[in-house]
Amino acid sequence: MVAVRPAQASDLSAISALDARLTGTSKPEYWPERLAPGLHFLVAETGKGAFAGFIAGEVRAWEFGQPPAGWVFAIQIDPKLRLKGTGSALFEALVARFKAEGVTRVRTLVDRKDHLILSFFRAQGMVAGPSLQLDMELP
Amino acid sequence: MKLQTATRLGLYATLELARDPAQTLSSADLAERFGVSTHHLAKVLRTLSNAGLVQAERGASGGYRFTGNRRRVTLMDIVALFEPAPGNRAKEPGEDTAIGGALQRVLQEIDEIAEATLRSVSLETMLKRPTDR
Repeated sequence: MVAVRPAQASDLSAISALDARLTGTSKPEYWPERLAPGLHFLVAETGKGAFAGFIAGEVRAWEFGQPPAGWVFAIQIDPKLRLKGTGSALFEALVARFKAEGVTRVRTLVDRKDHLILSFFRAQGMVAGPSLQLDMELP
Repeated sequence: MKLQTATRLGLYATLELARDPAQTLSSADLAERFGVSTHHLAKVLRTLSNAGLVQAERGASGGYRFTGNRRRVTLMDIVALFEPAPGNRAKEPGEDTAIGGALQRVLQEIDEIAEATLRSVSLETMLKRPTDR
């Protein structure tokens, strides 16, 4: 059973290390910014108090013309602690916070080759959203 | 997206059997449930059986039983048994020209999105939300 609580400055090193290990990219300046007021940054701990993973998100309005929605910006779970409901517990806790802010939709962006995270969000009930992401490399 | 009839029948049969892995259904039972040809479905079930997704049970109450892992098997695993893999299809005339190549890149983008979608939906996810859009 995992417990979910708001992230604190003392969690940043574990968050940053897990993300860097799983994505191969270290973003030491990014994670402290997620602790700003009004954003949602949650961590999961095992029953023994060990760090198990985190989720980050916030409510954004009118960007790309879209009405307010909760955005999931990042979720990472320690691979040793996967398939134990940790990701679902973090997602549900974040969604509860979005609802408390009055939004009725949750959104995210996923690399279409990352089948693991795509399957995770699908299993939470998410489906393809109304927008198409477009992209080009600048010459 | 248009799926071949065999693919559609493969998805129907696998999902129906995966709803309750303890149940055994004959090809006639399944054909009646979906209003399709028993002959065609029998062939599809043999393919699913060769892939280890279902197992044929002999005897009076014989039929097929789901033997895969609902959480691991995705829609793409079943689709791939019946549809040609994107990388394995024969080259179409004109693909080597600049226009043919440009068209091919658009079609490949569509294929990649379709494959990502099918690969992201497990049987468990499908069966958990059968009435969703």
